[in-house]
Amino acid sequence: MRMFALTLGLLAALLTSGAALAQPLEALVAQLPAGGYPDRARVIAAIAESGDDRAAGVLEALAAGELFALKADGRVVRGIERSGETVAVDPLTGAEIGPLGRRDGEKIKVNNALRRDIAAALGALTLMSPDPARRLAAAARVFAGADPGQIEALDAALARETDPAVRAAMMDARAASVMASDRPLAEKREAIDRLVARGDRDALSILTAAAASPDAALAAAAEAGRAEVERVRALWGTAQNLWYGLSLGSVLMLAAIGLAISFGVMGVINMAHGELVMLGAYTTYVVQEAIRAAAPGLFDWSLAIALPLAFLVSGAVGVAIERGVCRHLYGRPLETLLATWGVSLILQQAVRSVFGPTNKEVGNPSWMSGAFEIGQIAITWNRFWILIFALAVFALLLAVLKRTPMGLQMRAVTQNRRMAASMGVRTDWVDALTFGLGAGIAGLAGVALSQIDNVSPNLGQGYIVDSFMVVVFGGVGNLWGALAGAFTLGAVNKFLEPHAGAVLAKVLLLVFIILFIQRRPRGLFALKGRAVEQ
Amino acid sequence: MTAPRLLDTRSVVFLTLIAVAAVAVPMANLAAEPGSALHLSSFAVSLFGKYLTYALLALSVDLIWGYCGILSLGHGAFFALGGYAMGMHLMREIGPRGVYAHPVLPDFMVFLNWDALPWYWWGFDMFWFACLMVVLVPGALAFVFGWLAFRSRVTGVYLSIITQALTYALMLAFFRNDMGFGGNNGLTDFKDLLGFSLQSDATRAGLFVASALALAAGFLICRFIVTSRLGQVLVSIRDAEARARFLGYRVESYKLFVFTISAMMAGVAGALYVPQVGIINPGEFSPANSIEIVIWVAVGGRGLLAGAALGAILVNAAKTLLTGWAPEIWLFFLGGVFVLVTIFLPRGVLGGLTAAGDRLGRRRRREYRPRTATSGRTTQPAE
Amino acid sequence: MVRQAANSMLYLDGVSISFDGFRAINGLSLVMAPGEMRAVIGPNGAGKTTMMDIITGKTRPDAGDVLFAGEIDLTRHDEAGIARLGIGRKFQKPTVFETHSVEDNLLLALKGRRGVFDVLRARRTAAESARIDELLDLIGLEPRRRDLGADLGHGQKQWLEIGMLLAQDPKVLLIDEPAAGMTDAETAQTAALLRRIAGEHTIMVVEHDMDFVRALGVKVTVLHEGTVIAEGSIDHVSADPRVVEVYLGR
Repeated sequence: MRMFALTLGLLAALLTSGAALAQPLEALVAQLPAGGYPDRARVIAAIAESGDDRAAGVLEALAAGELFALKADGRVVRGIERSGETVAVDPLTGAEIGPLGRRDGEKIKVNNALRRDIAAALGALTLMSPDPARRLAAAARVFAGADPGQIEALDAALARETDPAVRAAMMDARAASVMASDRPLAEKREAIDRLVARGDRDALSILTAAAASPDAALAAAAEAGRAEVERVRALWGTAQNLWYGLSLGSVLMLAAIGLAISFGVMGVINMAHGELVMLGAYTTYVVQEAIRAAAPGLFDWSLAIALPLAFLVSGAVGVAIERGVCRHLYGRPLETLLATWGVSLILQQAVRSVFGPTNKEVGNPSWMSGAFEIGQIAITWNRFWILIFALAVFALLLAVLKRTPMGLQMRAVTQNRRMAASMGVRTDWVDALTFGLGAGIAGLAGVALSQIDNVSPNLGQGYIVDSFMVVVFGGVGNLWGALAGAFTLGAVNKFLEPHAGAVLAKVLLLVFIILFIQRRPRGLFALKGRAVEQ
Repeated sequence: MTAPRLLDTRSVVFLTLIAVAAVAVPMANLAAEPGSALHLSSFAVSLFGKYLTYALLALSVDLIWGYCGILSLGHGAFFALGGYAMGMHLMREIGPRGVYAHPVLPDFMVFLNWDALPWYWWGFDMFWFACLMVVLVPGALAFVFGWLAFRSRVTGVYLSIITQALTYALMLAFFRNDMGFGGNNGLTDFKDLLGFSLQSDATRAGLFVASALALAAGFLICRFIVTSRLGQVLVSIRDAEARARFLGYRVESYKLFVFTISAMMAGVAGALYVPQVGIINPGEFSPANSIEIVIWVAVGGRGLLAGAALGAILVNAAKTLLTGWAPEIWLFFLGGVFVLVTIFLPRGVLGGLTAAGDRLGRRRRREYRPRTATSGRTTQPAE
Repeated sequence: MVRQAANSMLYLDGVSISFDGFRAINGLSLVMAPGEMRAVIGPNGAGKTTMMDIITGKTRPDAGDVLFAGEIDLTRHDEAGIARLGIGRKFQKPTVFETHSVEDNLLLALKGRRGVFDVLRARRTAAESARIDELLDLIGLEPRRRDLGADLGHGQKQWLEIGMLLAQDPKVLLIDEPAAGMTDAETAQTAALLRRIAGEHTIMVVEHDMDFVRALGVKVTVLHEGTVIAEGSIDHVSADPRVVEVYLGR
């Protein structure tokens, strides 16, 4: 129980901080090479007791075998690998001293017993650190180590801890340590409850191990706890899949909704839709490059600047496609499909010629990087904002269609082109604007997709089949159909994935849609009646 | 128009050209001295052979699109399935000569630690069985898919999109190693066919002739169909599906029939393609490939069987030249062809030529016989 | 009603259908005797074309009976099957096979086997040629027998389509707006054509043109909002106040 004694001593030292008997850290470090392992253990204890903030760093370096005694003057240095060669630095300040040749110094050796001492000392040291982040990290380390020897240190630290998050982590660590100890059953039951409340994979593995314990009572309690954790985890797993599904759905919707508009109003398939998305992504890239060069401070605004530009770029190309190609092919939807495919090849090659065939680096603004957690599901900010953005685009589009004169004309043309024309609606303008609107939205989708996908000339290709599936599944000419289609397909895909694997899930989904379209040849939200069939 | 002949002038010209190629190309390779102006390299023989299989594929697409209005954006799938069936036979032919020298299993299966041949590989060691599968597998898939789609009256762009989904799904599936078709790498490193080394000039010439014969046979089958009354019904369905239905024609049966025949032809084309290029991989299923087939047909002339074959050869010759000469131009060119042909040349090269020829001919006739009883147009009904 | 069905050629009773809540046909009942010619009139949206869709199997009714020749339940057959039973239909917009010659249009319409393999082997017989000649005379398109369908005028397409219907040798003909877009002379000729073929066939004509209906001189059924509101001679229904209100009054 050497460790126990050490920890107690250490605690005493820390609690009566600034104890007079403590030597300066520099002197203690200098004593490290001397003597055998027992001597070194005493020095380590003293270092831990020093109460110096730099102590943890030294101990970590020692444990990692990075401390050397220089043969020339016996000085203790830390050897750091830097671009292939070892450099000697001061173990306390980190100041560079010079290159460290293989024969210049002798490694200060540690054995397993010492390593345990160091780990315990480090755990306790950092559990008491004034920095809550370090305390949290220490608690996590203790949790992972699950060392019964740490229980006292944890109790002591818990007695002083005020930060609730760190406190919770310490309680978890204590529970894990208790499970590894030979403490009485009652305490272990409490620990099991604690672990069940934590409910993550680590808790699960501790409980699973305990469920195999020879102590029948403990095993039963642990088994019950394990079952509970699994149940809760399954629930969270469903929630996580649901989130993935929503996220994929939002991406699909962004990619498909522009297509749904032009398909719905004009009955033409725009095979270049994916390339319009790709243009939106490249617009984002160009905007970010310009910002990096001219005004790096604006980087967080890059997406806000890219959005209107992407809308305009893709929208303008869309209008050009409509005026240049589709207009000549009205009433021949299959030919339109082929011609726009040709346009898509040209756009792809054009982008490849200008920007090169490789992926372009598009950065996430700070507010889009990282992730947050709700319960046990991790949500990345970029996926979160894309979902919000997709819904916003949907709402905006709905408003445009329902509330504006242009929307009214578009709906009129969708329902009865000839009638609308005879009522004075300039159907050719409506067509061009509709196509432009659909294309502009593809551009917006491109800005969003640049945040989660590789920006390359092939970007659009990856989405075109999926977007068609959404449109066909949801029903043509119906925004709500596109919404429902995208989210249904997204969710189904993500729920199939854990069982079938990503590729097979996709294949199954396609087969499902092929079968579905037999039942509902006009999609989920098809218009019914006589007029539609003409 | 009435009772079209099985072999009109154009058909005779087309078949003659195939016959000439079937004799001349192998001769130029085998008989002409290397270095002489007439000599054709073995590479060129296989290249031209590949064009012929593409022509057969184009023919199969023209049969359904040109004559029945079914735009399949997934015909590459049937081509690839036929190719895989042949590829499986060629893999079995390698026998113990593979890298791992396993007596039965192809190399990729040994590599994946499989210990037995999956059941769907059984029988492919027999050539006749593989040939049967070349036709049956694409035919069966087309039959099931078509039965579902046509019965539910999935038409127009919807049908095009689900055919595209079909080939896309197959591509993803074939990319998986678990499928047992070599995954990403597909099937390759073939050695010989019926005992003839695939590397030898004579075999290549033989495959070329086989491709030419298959093209001629495919052409005759298509001609037989489109010149029969069935062909007239198909065109009726293309132009006025509802009218055909209300005349008592069960449209879905007709579509299913040509769709299945067409898929079988595509399968044969794929089977001839694979030994000549030496590989089949899931890339053949990619939707882009299938759309490209359609443009061959459009370029040559939709609804003119010879036109489709011509288009396939023209576009692929251009592809060979352009990708060798300036690869970045190729997609611009292909994209441009899609746009220009659909807008300005809806009847394709051959269709355009024929129309011009007809106009010329009519003008000449009119000069000789300004007015005859039959050519005058009456607008009064004989009431 | 059962007795009535037994002697009828076409028998609709209590037929209803709605599209997304809109009741296009609402409890419609109508009986036609063999050999009868009937004109069906009604304002736009009265359900005339939808009724034809139901009879020809294009649309399935939500409720009601549709019987042919007193016993065959038409709701159990598809369009092609119903056409083979002997019900021909002419569309509102004249629809012929534009890339086939007039002669071939008629050939394809001739009554005969419709199976894929039957058709693949079919060759034109002397009997077929004779029947085509007969029909060409009847519809007055003999001089244009070799021209393409696409090259015909609007009225000629209407006649050709009627000719195709007759080629099927149907028991019942459903004719949707045969006079639409025709000149007065063409309209008169069409009426004469219909009168000539009446008697051998049961004919239902849907028409807007009152002069045309008057020229036919047959029993008239008036539809409004998917129901029959009046039936009788043209003079009788013209006098009906409800008909005046919904249709003639406008």
